[in-house]
Amino acid sequence: MYRIRFHGRGGQGMKTASRILGTAFFLEGYEVQDAPRYGAERRGAPIFAYVRADHQPINERGVITRPDLVIVADDSLVPVPAAGVLNGIDSHTVLLINTDESTETWKHRLNLACEIFTLPAQAQDRDELRFIGATCCGAAARLLGVISRDTLQQAISEELAELGDAVVSKNLTRALQAYDSMQQHQGCVQTLPQTSASDYTKPDWINLPFEDARISAPDIHASANSVEIRTGLWRTLRPVIDYERCNRCWWVCSTFCPDGAIRVNEQTPEIDYEHCKGCMVCVAQCPPHAIEAVPEQLAQQQEAEQGVSS
Amino acid sequence: VSRKLLTGNGAAAWGARLAGTDYIPAFPITPQTEIIETLAGWIDASEMDARMVTMESEHSMITAAASAAASGIRVFSATSSQGLLYAMEMLYTVSGWRAPFVLVNVSRGLSAPITLEPDHNDIMAARDCGFLQIHCSTCQEVLDSTLIAFRMAEDERIRLPVMVNLDGFYLSFTREPVEIPDAELARDFVGAYDPENIRFRASSPVSQAVAVLGGAPYSYFRYESHLAAQNGVAVYDELSAEFAERFGREHPAVEAYQCDDADIVFVMLGSFATKARAAVDELRKSGNKVGLLRPRLFRPFPGELFRKLLAGKSGIAVIDQNISMGMGGILHAELAGALYGHPQAPRQLLSFIGGLGGRDISLEEFFEIAAVTRTAVTENRTPPPRLLYTEQELREMRKLQAVASVERNELNNNGGAHND
Repeated sequence: MYRIRFHGRGGQGMKTASRILGTAFFLEGYEVQDAPRYGAERRGAPIFAYVRADHQPINERGVITRPDLVIVADDSLVPVPAAGVLNGIDSHTVLLINTDESTETWKHRLNLACEIFTLPAQAQDRDELRFIGATCCGAAARLLGVISRDTLQQAISEELAELGDAVVSKNLTRALQAYDSMQQHQGCVQTLPQTSASDYTKPDWINLPFEDARISAPDIHASANSVEIRTGLWRTLRPVIDYERCNRCWWVCSTFCPDGAIRVNEQTPEIDYEHCKGCMVCVAQCPPHAIEAVPEQLAQQQEAEQGVSS
Repeated sequence: VSRKLLTGNGAAAWGARLAGTDYIPAFPITPQTEIIETLAGWIDASEMDARMVTMESEHSMITAAASAAASGIRVFSATSSQGLLYAMEMLYTVSGWRAPFVLVNVSRGLSAPITLEPDHNDIMAARDCGFLQIHCSTCQEVLDSTLIAFRMAEDERIRLPVMVNLDGFYLSFTREPVEIPDAELARDFVGAYDPENIRFRASSPVSQAVAVLGGAPYSYFRYESHLAAQNGVAVYDELSAEFAERFGREHPAVEAYQCDDADIVFVMLGSFATKARAAVDELRKSGNKVGLLRPRLFRPFPGELFRKLLAGKSGIAVIDQNISMGMGGILHAELAGALYGHPQAPRQLLSFIGGLGGRDISLEEFFEIAAVTRTAVTENRTPPPRLLYTEQELREMRKLQAVASVERNELNNNGGAHND
């Protein structure tokens, strides 16, 4: 059985990517299970999706603990513990990262025994951001080695049909390019045999002790603790206010911001980047279109450059 | 017949569509919403001839569903978790009306603390309300069970509402290959809705909010509902046999996997049971005669079937994905009730609680459950109920508690005034 995990941020299309790969396997005659996993949060929050494929009905369910292939659409998730990108990776796993940095850098940084491949990140180009899922799928399909180029095309066309021909064709171009780029690594993903019942690690079960309600009730011992959660780290796009165009209406962007991350100072709106999740609601709402969406990575790079020069 | 990848939610919507549902009162809740979104999309595109009304709460939704069913049309609705509990008053009421309709519940753990992930405490809370319950373990079963559920609800030997249960995330958002029956064959199986004597007409109104005092009439009405529910076992067998004949898929009231020669048997409900199936396959490879029983029908409780299937077995491990506070696993207690005093009942009936709030149950844990059960059989001693919870999990909990304790101290040191 193939066990594959996709990691990305809400809005990057990992659910769709897992479905494209699932459909591709299905079209190749496999039994398939694909599913996304997320919480109450939306855009920008770490999410993952998984795909299982086998030649017999699949009984295994839920989180994949020993993945054969892990695909990371957003390299900023690797160091986020809650994202669980590295969970269960061992020497047999293949790790595919969408990144600006080199394979060597990641090998050195992670010091894992697994095989690592990189895809050139397009994180600085806002238009390209939309195709991360297709790119990841194309590369993954080739690494798996059991999905033909035609099948990949058919799977993308089926899964994205509702978005129209133009979108399908743009996704196809990226996916096939990625597929072709992995030619020399075709079929490098290896599956694991099932854990045997005669040789397994016993679960370290414990008896949960009684603890009184002062400890065991689910209380949050702080007021306004959401301030401490830097949801700004979730952002893939950054809203940037052009103050020359802002007409100081003082309320539209700040009222529509679902996270209360825009405050108005003397009629001037200020975005709290520590907590702005990058949902772009303000960009859509601003009457004079004074808020621009800038790829986060590009914005950070510009910030760093300004920091150096000043 | 087409086989395609569908989520459990998609499969439930297909069930409602193929059954020729006329009316869908709806209220959104995660992880169920995709069901009503799918149906709304079809109605909007004129692919489905039905009326959907979004209500202001699940309480009203169930009331509207039952009222519509009583007025002579086929009704479908769906909810989950807190929504099911919010409707609780009406669940008991409308089953008393003997209003036949189908309600899909997408299982999700209950608050507090709040979660989105699955366990069975929501559906278990509704086990005594008079709705029959079918529990699913695959997306295919969700579709097929929805069709069977309409037949059960409307059968004159029953005429009670029926719930079809699927696990949130593990089925609701998970795509699997599902065979979608041909629309005509499905309609043929479900048949036309025949409201018989319950049809409400303006010219001959019927009041269903009867008050009875004195106990005896009340006892009569309630016990009649119970007898109708109990008829469900025989009716279900009949319907699932007919379904298998027409569509080639078997959905017995209790799925027995590798049970014939098993001496140890896992018993569990829902989608996690397919994990137990995988464990049974591996255990058998290493010479362990282990099997799995999975009740699909939970209300009525198929006690007689359990007695038959478990006769002469040595050890039973019941894995409950629910917890009755102050009691333990509900399926375990119900099975004990069904087996007690039966001459061929297994000597060892063990209780395990796992999968609460979507907590995974690993393959290794199933292996260990089998090993613990075998030891209980050998030593003829039943161990206390076991929560599936590891030392590692407690360590992670301790980390959270450490953070909470620091914050508590900070709050105390500030004299309760914590200003940002």
